[in-house]
Amino acid sequence: MQETMIKRAKELLADGTVSRVIGWKKGEFAYDTTPAVFETAEELDRDFAFDDFTAANVSKYLVKESRKEGKILAFLKPCDTYSFNQLIKEHRVIRENVYIIGIPGGPKLDAEKIKAKGITGILGIKNENYTLKIETLYGTETMPFYEAICGKCESCKSKKHVIYDELIGEDGDILDSNRFDTVEKLENMTAQERFDFWREQLSKCIRCNACRNVCPACTCEKCVFDNPKSGIENKAASDSFEENLFHIIRAFHVAGRCTDCGECSRVCPQNIPLHLLNRKFIKDINELYGEYQAGADTVSRSPITDYTPDDCEPSVVHERGVE
Amino acid sequence: MQVNDNNFQPVIVAFCCNWCSYAGADLSGTNRLNYPTNVKIIRVPCSCRVNPMFILRAFQKGADGVIICGCHPGDCHYTSGNYYTRRRITLLYSMLDFLGIERNRTRLEWVSAAEGAKFAATMQQFTEDVRKLGPNRRLEDLRCRKQ
Repeated sequence: MQETMIKRAKELLADGTVSRVIGWKKGEFAYDTTPAVFETAEELDRDFAFDDFTAANVSKYLVKESRKEGKILAFLKPCDTYSFNQLIKEHRVIRENVYIIGIPGGPKLDAEKIKAKGITGILGIKNENYTLKIETLYGTETMPFYEAICGKCESCKSKKHVIYDELIGEDGDILDSNRFDTVEKLENMTAQERFDFWREQLSKCIRCNACRNVCPACTCEKCVFDNPKSGIENKAASDSFEENLFHIIRAFHVAGRCTDCGECSRVCPQNIPLHLLNRKFIKDINELYGEYQAGADTVSRSPITDYTPDDCEPSVVHERGVE
Repeated sequence: MQVNDNNFQPVIVAFCCNWCSYAGADLSGTNRLNYPTNVKIIRVPCSCRVNPMFILRAFQKGADGVIICGCHPGDCHYTSGNYYTRRRITLLYSMLDFLGIERNRTRLEWVSAAEGAKFAATMQQFTEDVRKLGPNRRLEDLRCRKQ
């Protein structure tokens, strides 16, 4: 796959269709493949990587990249295409300046899950028939592939590309992955249990803002959380209220626009299940205002910027489920 | 303010839209109808003006309950503002519920300019509900607590 991608990227660079390529490059370790922009065939040969750790969504980079001169080639996984579509809808990217090649999606791996098994000093990771062969400083370790996959890939919603100029490999289907199971489980807890659960999770927050910065839906030039007069711009979360407020507002600001790409949880250094907040909004929207998948198309109105005269009253949320 | 269980006086923040609910509050006053002094009214041009941040900020600064009042659906001075409010606030309240904040601390009520009695009754009921819940502890900012 990596070779095919590099070959195609070189062709498009050579015939002048695109002037840059956005993909991933090998990081310092075997497991930190990061998004990168390439300008020449030599750079592609040297650095370009597409492996089990390319979980990062490159759509958000295109907000800036598509405004630069010349066309850019972007390799998008199915989940990334939803984010890209949503950005088109919001007029945040210039579609004409991006050449999209759809590539197969995950499941991708999460290095933290490998490390959690007590495997340290990782030098290289190979996937042999869904068993991971992990070369470490202390010898070779093995673990099943599916025990190390990213949280976001465990509940993959779609293998179908919703936008592309060409495809490498096969296009998949929309999946039914029971992604609302955890949200439902929480909903069935009592209010005190829910409060305790979220207190435990959110109190880990260090306000690094990674969830905001990585989110393809969070593309405001000036963020409400950067306003020094807001009283909530503190870098350290000094109080439980601040953590709650930050996460409620962060999720609320992307409600109806969140494509459920799961990047927020993936990048969280404290492993807070932030995607559950977004999924709660998605689940509510689906239940109250009809099924809606953000980014599935570029024309439909987001449920929160739309209304019907006979919407339900807020009292319905107070009447259902457990208090 | 004395904060103990026997004599707890909640702080209620009511966001009232200028065109209906604020006039409704005015009407209940001119009709000499009583409603609890716990209610602090903040006038907004439209219920749609209420940013989710306002609600959380009210809790931060010590409110024990937040109620939003607007024109009845269909009667919005700006045609459609309260329809947006309804969706937005439904989702926000649902999220607060999801985070384990007590349900009765938040409410949305439609009060027209002619419903002075409804305004007074709503505020009495809501204040009573919040009084039963006791002080807001789950969504307060200790830095803002007044001793």
